[in-house]
Amino acid sequence: MSAVATRSTRGGASERSSRRWAAAAFLGPGALYLSIFFVLPLGLIVSYAFLTRGRFGGVVPEVTLENFARLFEPVYLQVIGTSIGTAAITTTLALLLGFPTAYVISRLPRRWRVTALILVLLPFWTNFLIRTYAWIILLNDAGWINGALQGLGIVDDPIRMLYTQPAVITGLLYIYLPLMILPLYSAIERIDPALEEAATNLGASRWRVFRTITIPLALPGMLIGSVFVFVPSMANFVIPELIGGGKSLLLGNLIRDQFLKARDWPFGAALALVLTAILVILLVLQARAAARAEGGGARAHS
Amino acid sequence: MRIRRSAQAVLALATVGVLTACASGTANDPIDTDADITQQSLTVSIWADYYPDDLAERFEAATGVPVTIVNHTTNEDVMAKLTTGADSGIDVAFVSGQYAQALAEQGLLAELEKSLIPNEANLFPEASELAYDPGNAYSLPYAWGTTGLCYRSDLMDFEPTSWGDLLNPVAELSGRTTMLATERWMTLPAQKYLGFSINTTDPDELGEIRAQLEATKPTLLAFDDITFYEKLVSGEATLVQAWDGWCNYAIAEDPNVSFVVPSEGSDLWVDTMTVLASSQNKEAAMAFLDFILEPEIHGWVAENILYKVPNAPAMEALDPSIIEAFPNMGITPEELLEQEVAIDLGEFSVEYSRLVTEIQAG
Repeated sequence: MSAVATRSTRGGASERSSRRWAAAAFLGPGALYLSIFFVLPLGLIVSYAFLTRGRFGGVVPEVTLENFARLFEPVYLQVIGTSIGTAAITTTLALLLGFPTAYVISRLPRRWRVTALILVLLPFWTNFLIRTYAWIILLNDAGWINGALQGLGIVDDPIRMLYTQPAVITGLLYIYLPLMILPLYSAIERIDPALEEAATNLGASRWRVFRTITIPLALPGMLIGSVFVFVPSMANFVIPELIGGGKSLLLGNLIRDQFLKARDWPFGAALALVLTAILVILLVLQARAAARAEGGGARAHS
Repeated sequence: MRIRRSAQAVLALATVGVLTACASGTANDPIDTDADITQQSLTVSIWADYYPDDLAERFEAATGVPVTIVNHTTNEDVMAKLTTGADSGIDVAFVSGQYAQALAEQGLLAELEKSLIPNEANLFPEASELAYDPGNAYSLPYAWGTTGLCYRSDLMDFEPTSWGDLLNPVAELSGRTTMLATERWMTLPAQKYLGFSINTTDPDELGEIRAQLEATKPTLLAFDDITFYEKLVSGEATLVQAWDGWCNYAIAEDPNVSFVVPSEGSDLWVDTMTVLASSQNKEAAMAFLDFILEPEIHGWVAENILYKVPNAPAMEALDPSIIEAFPNMGITPEELLEQEVAIDLGEFSVEYSRLVTEIQAG
């Protein structure tokens, strides 16, 4: 920052203006894209949330706070609570499964790492809906898993797995696990193995090395991965419907239904803002925690 | 009732919403029965996969009027385009009965000029007695049907006759039934079973409906309005609440599937054709409605979509093997008219939304 400032004060006026043009050329397309596809829709959602429901969808331009008041009705608080709970369980499981996976991948010989990362991303090559239907084929009462269990004589009657809450969490975990593994991998991969070696040489147990070196240094990756998994888990509406059998609702279902079934756009917009607010809160917490972790690192160095 | 959902629909709706503020300045163009329709052109909005692929070409060959067909995914989707004020550019819109009623009440529909629609004579007499538009002043029915129980007769040891068989299932059926998740249909079985109107706005009756649905939910395999017939075919489900036309898709794959309208009665849904008041091509639009009512065109819907059409010669010409294979195609207009037509409940529909959310979330 200061280097740029010093240099630009030394440069002439023409250099400064060409620099400005260059900056505009680099920033322009991105800024334009964001303002059309992010700022404008967000503004639309914010303004709709304060308007009144039109009888056949759309909005009537009468300003109201009613949509926000409705958020506090028990049934909607319950859906928000269930969504937070489901997303929290999914995120925790993703951390527990994702950390060892990312750790092992980052410690593979270099030429195997790319292969392993491609394998993590491979499911994305198939459409999300098709992969969700695959879970239905696996989990249903007459599905492959129950068929195998019955065939092997392990159970007599099929176990009800599909259309349950654990099935929903399984589906969410499956879809979003790569979003946890990738940031974790990039964080762990950057940890200097010499740090762990040094700690071991100085007599720290493997557990202590893991707890005091690896985890703190991987923390930024853990935080970002958690946000990546938590937020879409709350917003997903396909998995609760197809794998959960519509017997529980996540925030995503509720928002979708307000627009496509209930014709209540303003309330749908208010619910969408709840999701946005949760995202913003999580990002702020993540940024603070990451800053604290770095601060801690700096103290350790000095 | 045609239901198509997609994320794109939401985006399309949002875009349309931006135009909300624009006022409609279109003056109503009066109908001139002698107008030369070959100078006109039409834009028709209809559900996807609900008409013959070559409909536009055939109409143009017959009348010389070029047609642009646009698809909508839901009633809500096209209603947003038609009611937000800006000129939609749509001449003919296909919407369900209660939506046609609402459009007519708001003065958005053109009164039909029957002298330009001689084929209206093809409709069953019952088709002019529909509560949302008696006499078909503003709309003509395109397809109609009802909701009932769709079941695997080979997996059940009795024939269901009552909504109670779904709502309070015997032990063997517990965990093997599904109900529709779309709000007015989720409440329908309980409303009919408890002897209420499907259009009830009585809070006490809504309370009883809630209690019944809360008791029913633990016995359900799932709430499902997209894949319920696949669940029947795969054997996951034994008894499901289903639209008649959709049950036919299951019957097509497994002849052991049967359909019944429960003894307590059900709903009569109607998808209609309407002409917009803002249309500058009303004469061509009337000709289009007339063309659809040709038995050959209208019969296509019955034969290919397996929805009943209110067209007497079209239904008479229907291959008897279709009615044999899909008995609900043989439900008569008299039988349909005994069912209750859903009307739009205005502000009260928020109560239904909340009830359905409470049941699904609870």
